[in-house]
Amino acid sequence: MMRTKRGWFAFPYMIWMALFVVIPIVIMLVYSLTVPVETAEGEVLRGSLENFTGMTQYLSVFGRSFWLALIATVICLAIGYPVAYLMSREGPGFQRVVMALIMLPMWMNFLLRTYSWMAILENNGLLNQLFQKLGVIALYNRLTGSDIDHFQMIRTSGAVVLGMVYNYLPFMILPIYTVLTKLDRRLIEAAEDLGANASTVFRRVTLPLSVSGVVSGVTMVFVPAVSTFALSRLLGGGTQMMLGDLIENQFLGGAYNPHLGAAISMVMMVIVVICMLVMNHFGDGEGEAVML
Amino acid sequence: MSKELIRLKDVSQTFDDGVTVLKDINIYFNDREFLTLLGPSGCGKTTLLRIIGGFQTPTAGEVYFDGEKINNVPPYKRQVNTVFQKYALFPHLNVYENVAFGLRIPREETGPNGKAVKVKLPRAEIDARVREMLEVVSLKGFEHRSIASLSGGQQQRVAIARALVNRPKVLLLDEPLGALDKRLRKDMQQELKRIQQRLGITFINVTHDQEEALAMSDTVVVMNEGVVQQIGTPEDIYNEPKNAFVADFIGESNIVDGIMRADRVVEIFNRRFPCLDAGFEKDEPVDVVIRPEDVDIVPEAEGQLRGVVTSVTFKGVHYDTIVDFYGFKWLIETTDYCPVDSRIGIKIDPDGIHVMKKSKYSGLYGDYSSYSEEYDEINDPTLLEAEEERADDED
Repeated sequence: MMRTKRGWFAFPYMIWMALFVVIPIVIMLVYSLTVPVETAEGEVLRGSLENFTGMTQYLSVFGRSFWLALIATVICLAIGYPVAYLMSREGPGFQRVVMALIMLPMWMNFLLRTYSWMAILENNGLLNQLFQKLGVIALYNRLTGSDIDHFQMIRTSGAVVLGMVYNYLPFMILPIYTVLTKLDRRLIEAAEDLGANASTVFRRVTLPLSVSGVVSGVTMVFVPAVSTFALSRLLGGGTQMMLGDLIENQFLGGAYNPHLGAAISMVMMVIVVICMLVMNHFGDGEGEAVML
Repeated sequence: MSKELIRLKDVSQTFDDGVTVLKDINIYFNDREFLTLLGPSGCGKTTLLRIIGGFQTPTAGEVYFDGEKINNVPPYKRQVNTVFQKYALFPHLNVYENVAFGLRIPREETGPNGKAVKVKLPRAEIDARVREMLEVVSLKGFEHRSIASLSGGQQQRVAIARALVNRPKVLLLDEPLGALDKRLRKDMQQELKRIQQRLGITFINVTHDQEEALAMSDTVVVMNEGVVQQIGTPEDIYNEPKNAFVADFIGESNIVDGIMRADRVVEIFNRRFPCLDAGFEKDEPVDVVIRPEDVDIVPEAEGQLRGVVTSVTFKGVHYDTIVDFYGFKWLIETTDYCPVDSRIGIKIDPDGIHVMKKSKYSGLYGDYSSYSEEYDEINDPTLLEAEEERADDED
């Protein structure tokens, strides 16, 4: 019914998508499948797969990126689900406060938030000073027989994961919270009526019916986490190179090779899409699973 | 009568916002009985049901089940199952799994050493019971259908099967037929009655539909404003209403002021009518109920009362005729057609007159002066539904 009548309403969006999504992907595809060759007439592009075959040396970066993103996603889920669950069950006052706490950091710039984490995690940062004052470090030294004057927190993979969790947690909480508040309370009463205690109600009704929210949340955390780049440099101190950094390096950095960069981006995209397809399959395909 | 199963003693319920929905309810439910809680929206009937189901703890009073106080027993430990309004079926499970839901939950039983142990029903027994129950509700072959693919009537049957498969002692039904169309509702009334008789357990049904209550129940409890107005068999409730509210709510009634001049003699509009009621004070003011079908139309000269026809509506079997007697309008159901503005007389047999004590509802009901509007309201399902929603919100 609506399809034919106001179809032209979608034109601006379609043009936008073509200009900024489809065409760039095509350009990247072309870049990834070619290499520059010096000839008599200057530099020309020649079709080749060597960008992809040469990528094997970066397997460890791929591995680290997906591994850290996975850990961050799992932690986000472990923290986010209970928070969303509590919010959906408590009164509106509690909901407002928690929602404000979740949203507040999101109003600040991503880099600012990350810099403040640096200040906290620094070797002589806030947290280490606090540990010093409280004698935690001395206690640790006595217990383990070691001799350190600070905990190494910055420039570790843990710091990168922490940064991801901090930045992406709201994207886990909100979709789960939305699904849980929409959950029909009578279904829970029906389950209780049929003999289910609180934990059974959760396991057999609440959880299965919130899967679509979980899928959305996981997608919205995992996808940006995989391709994250500033975080790993700022909090990982360059020791934790991730895909985002690698790609950035190919386009802007010292290792200038946009063809390789395009190829890495394509591979990353394909892997992410596959992950999402698998996830959406678990979510029954229904619900508000977000792809991009 | 069989033995008593549930008793509510002085039960009151006041919500956080200070609204009292139940006031000192004293009522008992017998085993194997089909009982209906009947009343208009917001009369507290659903709240009463939720108290029995364990979803609400009464602010005062006690609830006994089989002689044991169960005020604080959570729903999942009660031998009571509920068919919810709009069914509340699990959308993520198919028909079979919905019905099997309760059976798959391990039950706590006392083991040989006196310790509580979790007992799981064997798969074969679950399967047998689910299939048996699907047969009872005529849903054989629907096992693997998804809930969303079922019609309203089929969902209703799944909800009934899901509750009954646990073999509860009591089945609570919260407006079970409210979402069905009229035809289906009639069929399901028969069906529910049949199931109840076949399984031999107690059904407690909540409805605002008086016809449904009369058709299905062994006992009807009429409620209004959180107070029980009358308890009795459908015949009692219809023939011997206790007050003007009950008389008006169950069926159509003309309710007029009268005075008991003596036993079995009541005066209406300054004329004495023989009746069957006795035991009132001499000259006590009373409410008199005259059902529209108990009035005979006769030529004006022969009538006990004389009036003018003000409106006639053809209803198929009979005409709804509104007659003005001295400014008070009566509804008369008659097969004789009397044109508007004709003058007629009426006769009422002694058994067509029912005398009631005066109550706080006296004078509020039973006048058909605003008949047409009232009728439209009853016939307009959207209005009723809107009222329902409001009542739900209040609950």
